[in-house]
Amino acid sequence: MALELKMPALSPTMEEGTLARWLVKEGDTVKSGDILAEIETDKATMEFEAVDEGTIAKIVVPEGTDGVKVGAVIAVMDGEGEESAAPRESGENPAAEKAPHADASGDPEKHPNPADKQEPTPHQMETAARELVADVTRAGTKEAADPAIPEGTQYARQTVREALRDAMAEEMRRDERVFVMGEEVAQYQGAYKVTQGLLDEFGDQRIIDTPITEYGFAGIGTGAAMGGLKPVIEFMTFNFAMQAIDHIINSAAKTNYMSGGQMRCPIVFRGPNGAAARVAAQHSQNYAPWYASVPGLIVIAPYSAADAKGLLKAAIRSPDPVVFLENELLYGQSFDVPQLDDFVLPIGKARVVREGKDVTLVSYTIGVGVALDAAAKLAEEGIEAEVIDLRTLRPLDTGTVLKSLAKTNRMVVVEEGWPTCSIAAELCAVVMEQGFDDLDAPVLRVTDVDVPLPYAANLEKAALLKSSDVVAAAKKVCYR
Amino acid sequence: MARTSQPRAAKPASKAAAEPPAPNRERPAEPERFKASKDQLLEFYRQMLLIRRFEERAGQLYGLGLIGGFCHLYIGQEAVAVGVQSALTGGLDSVITGYRDHGHMLAYGIDPKVIMAELTGRAAGISKGKGGSMHMFSVEHGFYGGHGIVGAQVSLGTGLAFKHRYARDGGVCVAYFGDGAANQGQVYESFNMAELWKLPIVYVIENNGYAMGTAIGRSSAEDQLYRRGESFRIPGIQADGMDVLAARGAMEAALAWVRQGKGPVILELKTYRYRGHSMSDPAKYRTRDEVQEMREKRDPIEHAKQELLAMGVSEDALKKLEKDIRTQVAEAADFAEQSPEPDEAELYTNVLVESY
Ligand SMILES: Cc1ncc(C[n+]2csc(CCOP(=O)(O)OP(=O)(O)O)c2C)c(N)n1
Ligand SMILES: [Mg+2]
Repeated sequence: MALELKMPALSPTMEEGTLARWLVKEGDTVKSGDILAEIETDKATMEFEAVDEGTIAKIVVPEGTDGVKVGAVIAVMDGEGEESAAPRESGENPAAEKAPHADASGDPEKHPNPADKQEPTPHQMETAARELVADVTRAGTKEAADPAIPEGTQYARQTVREALRDAMAEEMRRDERVFVMGEEVAQYQGAYKVTQGLLDEFGDQRIIDTPITEYGFAGIGTGAAMGGLKPVIEFMTFNFAMQAIDHIINSAAKTNYMSGGQMRCPIVFRGPNGAAARVAAQHSQNYAPWYASVPGLIVIAPYSAADAKGLLKAAIRSPDPVVFLENELLYGQSFDVPQLDDFVLPIGKARVVREGKDVTLVSYTIGVGVALDAAAKLAEEGIEAEVIDLRTLRPLDTGTVLKSLAKTNRMVVVEEGWPTCSIAAELCAVVMEQGFDDLDAPVLRVTDVDVPLPYAANLEKAALLKSSDVVAAAKKVCYR
Repeated sequence: MARTSQPRAAKPASKAAAEPPAPNRERPAEPERFKASKDQLLEFYRQMLLIRRFEERAGQLYGLGLIGGFCHLYIGQEAVAVGVQSALTGGLDSVITGYRDHGHMLAYGIDPKVIMAELTGRAAGISKGKGGSMHMFSVEHGFYGGHGIVGAQVSLGTGLAFKHRYARDGGVCVAYFGDGAANQGQVYESFNMAELWKLPIVYVIENNGYAMGTAIGRSSAEDQLYRRGESFRIPGIQADGMDVLAARGAMEAALAWVRQGKGPVILELKTYRYRGHSMSDPAKYRTRDEVQEMREKRDPIEHAKQELLAMGVSEDALKKLEKDIRTQVAEAADFAEQSPEPDEAELYTNVLVESY
């Protein structure tokens, strides 16, 4: 029976791919597990393996073809029936069927389903994370003017991933004390490819692969910083920094204070933070409020590529320990990045990314995209929202927030994270203490739901931050 | 070839020439390859094949977009879970592992349908769709997960062993972890307490040679992982994890020691994963030849098959078995595709047990 081989979705974001190479030819017999082809996705080159036994009847998409859509038929296979006299319908009607479990006999009665069952067409996996990214894309990624960037500056499009890499490379060129350490940062080029190319340029004395020992290498980095080096410690994700949180807080954050200013700890702990796509409870947490509650730490969580670059450079130069929270969903997003020889942004400054007079939306990292998307929807309904990207969470730029509040008198905090004891909760307190007289309505928080992040697509969607909720909250505080 | 620590690498082959030095303390018996009956081996073969076919199908469902997030396949390592768990006593012993957990669940006889439905995030999944591939549990079977944080299961497993000892229930815990996980600090903290308190646990290190893209030689100062317990006086055994009978035999030796109340054993099983670390790993850190060589020469399922044929099992019988497994896996996949997603109200359930 004819089996259609369809272009698989090999990554959550893959929509199409390149059929780089066929490793089989027409007439070849294959069995489960044999590698049939190499497919280039948006992220990497992956191998495509046979799941059924049979003969390659026809190669539909030749190797070297770009832009093959997920789900397109790339080859047709005859289900092999070694002992079967059953006639094969070799590809005459390839669209009609795909026996999901061609077995040795090809005997249809033995199948739980008849062979005419239509195999589902590959599609991108369902994930609410894609909605967050879509918000970012819709929000537009043109850089709004930043007071820190001189007028007349040229911009180039860059992904957040590239911006972070460039920031590290520039600082490493400039200061020999800077080195990068973490799991898979060197030979593998980074689990999320943020350190791509660094090993080639700087060698293995400065780009260092570690075993899976977060507590150990966070401590080693902290000690090296105490000794005068400038470590950039990458956590594969911040979920794994939980193994090392003692060194971040007890060793790094308190050193300067406990030593009466004698001993410094100029270290950067960086890596992706927050929810990613369908990776469930243990891999989807936003630690910003945790670290932001600790005196002695600087906490940065950029949204745009420009901020990622300018702030990572500042973090590496800072004499203080910095927790630098990136976001996996943003890594692949492109933004305008100023083309300056040495683009360093000030730590501790929020930025108004959209001006408006009716309500202030405050957020950070991926929430900024959600807030901007909500602002665009609100504008359609005649509400002009001002959007503030906090960028640094500790020290918090309360001045920028309060100034905006004084103008709009209404505020909604947008946060991809839990509501309880969050940055949003902190901002509510700040506004109660320092902006009470400017309030025309209670400050509202729009966050993820207060539960561990579930795996199922529908529950994930229900749990994560949504721009429609931001719109609703903004209308509510505007009494509309 | 199985090896035990203390004394180092006493190879039976060299026994004729010189007896190994007498150990200065008691240690588990030299493991022997398990002498399986035809029926036993047939059952091991069935379980391994079920895992293989299940995982291939899971990989396919990932490619179809039906499984999300991470999905770590067990293909190549089947002999470990089957060899080890076949030696356990159901209803008494406990098992815990990391995120590469589908195989261990299947080896425990858990219904492939509820596992596959968890992978697709459906209400009928073993964690109601809330856990996903990395977070599956079956307390009923003494299977305690399914953990996403590398190394966590080692301390947790030591806690399960603590429970067995505390309750004096005679049970033993098996805590599986990888060569990469073997470097986490909590592993050694656990080793120390387990030996100090003589806890009933077998630490099974599934050494598949790589932790994501890091070959063991690049991460481990002592790459003979069975010796990692030496400074805690935990005896170690190293055996071939690509041979289900060697794995089972080594487990027997480990269990005999632990069941006598003599404390933990480290059992290092050398194995290999054929696929990438997870579905999104292009696996460029090793050559295709290396993978092919393993597949062609060391495949645990193929080996068991040859052995079964030599024992007189007919080709037809194996074909039938293969076919039944394909049917079972196809049914699991259909079930996982067709069963509904969890009710939205499930979002809020199970956060806490009680309401306060
Ligand atoms: C504490 C922690 N650090 C890092 C990771 C990311 N990670 C997941 S699996 C893995 C490799 C583990 O390798 P190994 O222990 O050899 O097990 P294998 O995957 O080979 O089965 C890494 C680094 C994690 N999940 N938890
Ligand atoms: Mg490994």
